[in-house]
Amino acid sequence: MGDMPEMGEGVSGRRDDARVILEARGVTKCYHLGEVDVHALRGVDLSICDGRMLSLMGPSGSGKSTLMHIIGLLDRPTEGSVIVEGEEVSRMSPNELAAVRNHRIGFVFQSFNLLARTSALANVELPLVYAGVSGSERARRAREALERVGLGDRLGHLPNQLSGGEQQRVAIARALVTEPSIVLADEPTGNLDSISGHEVMAILQELNIHGITVVLVTHDDSVARHAERIVRIRDGLVVGDERVTERISAADQRDAVAEETGGGRA
Amino acid sequence: MNFVESIRIALRALGANKVRSGLTMLGVIIGVAAVILLVAIGTGVQDEITGSIEGLGSNLIFVFAGNFEEGPGGGGPGGRSVRQFSVEDADLLQRRLGSEHVVVPVVQGPLTLRVGNRTMRTTVAAANENAGEVFGGDYVGGRRYRRSEVSASARVIVLGATVRDRLFPNQDPVGETMSVNGQRFTVIGYVAAQGGSLTGDQDNQVYMPISTAQRLLGTTDVGLIAVKAATADDVEGLQRRIRQALTPRFGDEFTVFTQEQTLGLFQQILGTLTFMLAGIAGISLLVGGIGIMNIMLVSVSERTREIGIRKAVGARTYDIMSQFVIEAVTLSVVGGVVGIALGAAGAAVLTRWVPTEVTVWAVALAFTFSAGVGIFFGVYPAYKASRLDPIEALRYE
Ligand SMILES: Nc1ncnc2c1ncn2[C@@H]1O[C@H](COP(=O)(O)OP(=O)(O)OP(=O)(O)O)[C@@H](O)[C@H]1O
Ligand SMILES: [Mg+2]
Repeated sequence: MGDMPEMGEGVSGRRDDARVILEARGVTKCYHLGEVDVHALRGVDLSICDGRMLSLMGPSGSGKSTLMHIIGLLDRPTEGSVIVEGEEVSRMSPNELAAVRNHRIGFVFQSFNLLARTSALANVELPLVYAGVSGSERARRAREALERVGLGDRLGHLPNQLSGGEQQRVAIARALVTEPSIVLADEPTGNLDSISGHEVMAILQELNIHGITVVLVTHDDSVARHAERIVRIRDGLVVGDERVTERISAADQRDAVAEETGGGRA
Repeated sequence: MNFVESIRIALRALGANKVRSGLTMLGVIIGVAAVILLVAIGTGVQDEITGSIEGLGSNLIFVFAGNFEEGPGGGGPGGRSVRQFSVEDADLLQRRLGSEHVVVPVVQGPLTLRVGNRTMRTTVAAANENAGEVFGGDYVGGRRYRRSEVSASARVIVLGATVRDRLFPNQDPVGETMSVNGQRFTVIGYVAAQGGSLTGDQDNQVYMPISTAQRLLGTTDVGLIAVKAATADDVEGLQRRIRQALTPRFGDEFTVFTQEQTLGLFQQILGTLTFMLAGIAGISLLVGGIGIMNIMLVSVSERTREIGIRKAVGARTYDIMSQFVIEAVTLSVVGGVVGIALGAAGAAVLTRWVPTEVTVWAVALAFTFSAGVGIFFGVYPAYKASRLDPIEALRYE
């Protein structure tokens, strides 16, 4: 459609024909803590189209992470259903869910969640191990993924020998190494300074350009505006759904910062 | 994920905690080494005794005073009420059975030997001039005692290998004199080392004419009468004829054992003993297994986040399960192999004092048992790990 030419990056014009890749229907999540019931989600409907980039925004405790875990098949909803690429997942066994997570979904956690005392390369290889990819092929693909996030020279480093931004980039490499159709990132820049944050966002946008669906959780408006669409949730309900009018390019931001500080950061 | 990958992951996890893995293995190592060693001793002793009984030839029959078949009420071995054999009973048997069969009365008892300032306590096994027919033993030096010496109660003595080494180190004892229970004896021969036998450790024994020994020990009793049949086929008939010959004098207060029966009896006793030793050692192996389970449970709860991460990126129940089972099995199998090596080495060292034999079945048993211990005690923690909910595991602090 021609009404949003400023979206740029070739995403306009796909909107109407794009199919829904990930869908939540009437999803609720209720935690029982002794006498009290905590309603983290109270009936969420959400459709995400193939190849899009979406931000989930909301205040702390609104249920963003809970929703991410459910659509990332790490958790099951109390009620409602989740449909991944047309398949309803609620009746899948734990092993089938593991296979879907392995092949189709890449998860980037706020707290990195890398295996300690395990090299960057081995961490990135991990999903391929469970996908049954042979040793040499695995190493090659993991190395490529790490090069893609700019860590080609940090293959043997252990997590505690890497900066926060580098650890998050290893986590992104791990999420994309299986060539998933969806990458879910829960506050990927939450623990990072702004420059590392720009780098991480640039990588996610770049993945999106290559056709991967990206869902991003954040409570920061300027981070959220890297996506094409922002869904706002509050108290476990969707309260807003808007298109981003002035989408931010992380690559431009990064280059601008680099110019200000006199270059130096590659 | 394939099996090789599971092994690699398990080994890496064990390597990350070397001290702990080592200490956990120690339990299995000690258990397996104990099984190997104790069974080796049991089997070694059993084999040696069996060997020395068999070495006497299959045509031997032993006659003991007392009824061994009637149980505790029947007088039993060594009961004072039992009438003992005398040399005359042996002579009677010899006459009745005919000269193609050899009858040898045997007396055993404790003695004190002294040469110069060297003293030692030992046992004597005394018989008549046909002793060589029932006691094995190659003469290394000197000769056996003769018929004339038996009838004259001559004070002559033949030394076992150990006795000779202790009393006459680096010296030919033949022709030397020594004191036996305070009386002067002449050494006429000595025997090569043979190991244990029916009448105890033969190397630690001395031999002399039965009449001499009876006088020394102050008795006219004969401990047992050994009969050597001319051929193995005669054994059965002889058994019957011995009973016929002795019943008028002793009623049923005597017992006839063939070589085969004696062998069976010893094997039964020693076999039970070996099993008991193996059982005791097995308990320590069990304790080692519980140690493995303990460490695996600790390891699972310590690594809950790791399990969550693995599941989040696509590990299936089976992948997590096999990772932890393989860890436990590796601990127990490596422990088992080290234990077998240690046990075998220990057995090799011990052969200097006790006969030992490391048998294939003991090794196989110890190995299978230790691997089984690993599987048995590893499965529960592994199952626990594999059932963790991915998101719960990731949230675990
Ligand atoms: N395991 C749990 N047990 C009980 N309550 C939970 C659990 N996980 C989340 N909650 C509750 O559910 C609500 C939503 O939590 P969630 O983590 O989804 O919030 P969020 O939007 O991600 O917040 P933040 O921005 O701080 O990360 C919160 O009120 C939280 O207390
Ligand atoms: Mg959150």
